[in-house]
Amino acid sequence: MPAWGPTMTSVTADRADAPTGAPKPYKRRNWVPYALLAPGMIWLTIFFVLPTLSLASQSLQTGDVDNGYALTWHWATYADALSRFFWPQMVRSLIYAGVATALALLFGYPLAWFIAHRSGKWKTFLLVLVIAPFFTSFLIRTLAWQNILGNSGLLESTASFTHLTFLLDWFKSGLRALHLISTDQLMFSPFAVISGLTYNFLPFMVLPLYSNIERLDLRLVEAAGDLYASPTQTFRKVIWPLSLPGVVAGTLLTFIPAAGDYINSVLLGNTQTVMIGQVIDSQFLRVLDYPTAAALSFILMLIIIVIVMTYVRRAGTEELL
Amino acid sequence: MAASESGDLTITAVTKQFDAFRAVDNITLTIPQGSFFALLGPSGCGKTTTLRMVAGLDHPTAGTITIADRDITRLKPYQRNVNTVFQSYALFPHLDILENVAFGLRRRGDKDWKKKSEDALALVELSQVARKKPTQLSGGMQQRVALARALVNRPDVLLLDEPLGALDLKLRRQMQIELKRIQSEVGLTFVHVTHDQEEAMTMADSIAVMNAGHIEQLGDPATLYENPASTFVANFLGQSNLLEARITGPAEGGLMHATTHGIDVLVSAARVPEGLTDVWIGVRPEKLRLGPGGRNALQGNVTDASFTGVSTQYLVRLPWGFEVMVVQQNDGSTRAQVGENVTVSWDPGQEFILDQSQDEDAGMGADDD
Repeated sequence: MPAWGPTMTSVTADRADAPTGAPKPYKRRNWVPYALLAPGMIWLTIFFVLPTLSLASQSLQTGDVDNGYALTWHWATYADALSRFFWPQMVRSLIYAGVATALALLFGYPLAWFIAHRSGKWKTFLLVLVIAPFFTSFLIRTLAWQNILGNSGLLESTASFTHLTFLLDWFKSGLRALHLISTDQLMFSPFAVISGLTYNFLPFMVLPLYSNIERLDLRLVEAAGDLYASPTQTFRKVIWPLSLPGVVAGTLLTFIPAAGDYINSVLLGNTQTVMIGQVIDSQFLRVLDYPTAAALSFILMLIIIVIVMTYVRRAGTEELL
Repeated sequence: MAASESGDLTITAVTKQFDAFRAVDNITLTIPQGSFFALLGPSGCGKTTTLRMVAGLDHPTAGTITIADRDITRLKPYQRNVNTVFQSYALFPHLDILENVAFGLRRRGDKDWKKKSEDALALVELSQVARKKPTQLSGGMQQRVALARALVNRPDVLLLDEPLGALDLKLRRQMQIELKRIQSEVGLTFVHVTHDQEEAMTMADSIAVMNAGHIEQLGDPATLYENPASTFVANFLGQSNLLEARITGPAEGGLMHATTHGIDVLVSAARVPEGLTDVWIGVRPEKLRLGPGGRNALQGNVTDASFTGVSTQYLVRLPWGFEVMVVQQNDGSTRAQVGENVTVSWDPGQEFILDQSQDEDAGMGADDD
């Protein structure tokens, strides 16, 4: 807090038009905000807080399905889960989710920019197109990728019909070099899983980006050009920093569900693409080892929270958010 | 920074067409280096489009723009040594005040950006807020930041797009004086776009009055006011009383006879354009006197009087129903009452003469936006 010196006086002088004195106190109905909050709070308590507590309790119980479980504060389940099968699947999940998020940003940013500033009267129509996939079930959408990427699927038949198979082969050898496919087929590979994740979560990237970019004052872009910034510099110094809140929101909405997703890996992957969601799923539903499944869920949640917090801090967007 | 060679800004036969609308219609202008130039006109007259073409934000459909004989017509905004103070200020919200001011210098790789930016902030008396964000500043302060951000680059031409439009009247007066001071201090060419005739007259060395995409008249404020070339300029710059008249013949002493509604008056021959007989005689309200002091006299009846302290404004109805406005300084002379019959007079040479084929209402109230 600076001392009340001459500098402060001149600042206050400029604010001479600020209202003086506190506004008159008037009777406020204090219960209104709580009444407005109540439905959401009740919903979250029943469907989020209670299940989370029950899951936490489950992770510390011992017993089996036939004889029932008892809370014994058995922390060893966590150590056991970590040592048995956690890390390869966890790291793979984070990498796949990270790559899918980066791709979604790469495709989504220009798309959001186009819709926000260049689409004119087509704006609403294009926005509807962005969310149109939601009209179909997640499973169907993901299965559709089998038809696209599969042997003699849409991609291969189109390539051979147009005599562009050499382009596809060139693409495949690129993917092989990146270890995203191992054989000649595109399906059942890391490439297919990442494609599915990118596709399925793209709308979650585009919509927050759109709402941010749409609010960007294009006069600032003009001002940057007027102040000797080339188009590249204008993007780096003005447009991108101002888009950060949208980028952060979009990447979080894409990365978090993608990291925990297992449908894409089940339907489009192979045994070498198992993601952490699949492990949790099989522990719950096939092995029926509830404590281990619950412990894995908690570890995943913690890791994601740490990643998200670090990311938001590093992006420096706390004040923009 | 390499010393850039400054010079006159010339706009030659520039036209800007937006689909069916011609915003700027074949204008030609030379703005001398170091002058404070105003483009004045009602909204939609093409003044802002002209400014944007100089800035490079719009490109002319035809014509050329040069600075110091260098053709800049097709250059991108960031390639020309021209900066703009935007009407909306357009300060970068994610940067603090010093970073905003330094933006242009840093894009051009000026090593000395910090010192120069601090000096520019000192010039607009805002050093104390260097580390604040634009939203923490009042409108007047933001305006000064926008000015500093443009000035610091020492452009060949500084463009001001209605820079004072968003400020309240008192602050606007203050900033007008401030802008004028800064311009004479830094000696750059300022091109100021405004619809406020008083603002243009207060600040500019010369003014181009624009209307419907072309320049109505170009000149220094006094010439424009005393000798408007069209009814549009006469009405847009201040108030005018336009009397329908006919030049009837020469009189002695460099004067000419004219008759308005059967009343013989004398006008300065030098002010009558060659070969014109059907004319408007224009007299500014403050040139008219209540009482028979001047050589030309008209009888009338006071229909309205409003006392403003410094002066009193009268409306006087002439016998044929036309009302003239008379402004009488509060110099101690007796004030007329509403309903009183009075004589309104002026001396030959105080009037200006315009072609009667022009619309007497052109430019009336055109700045009410």
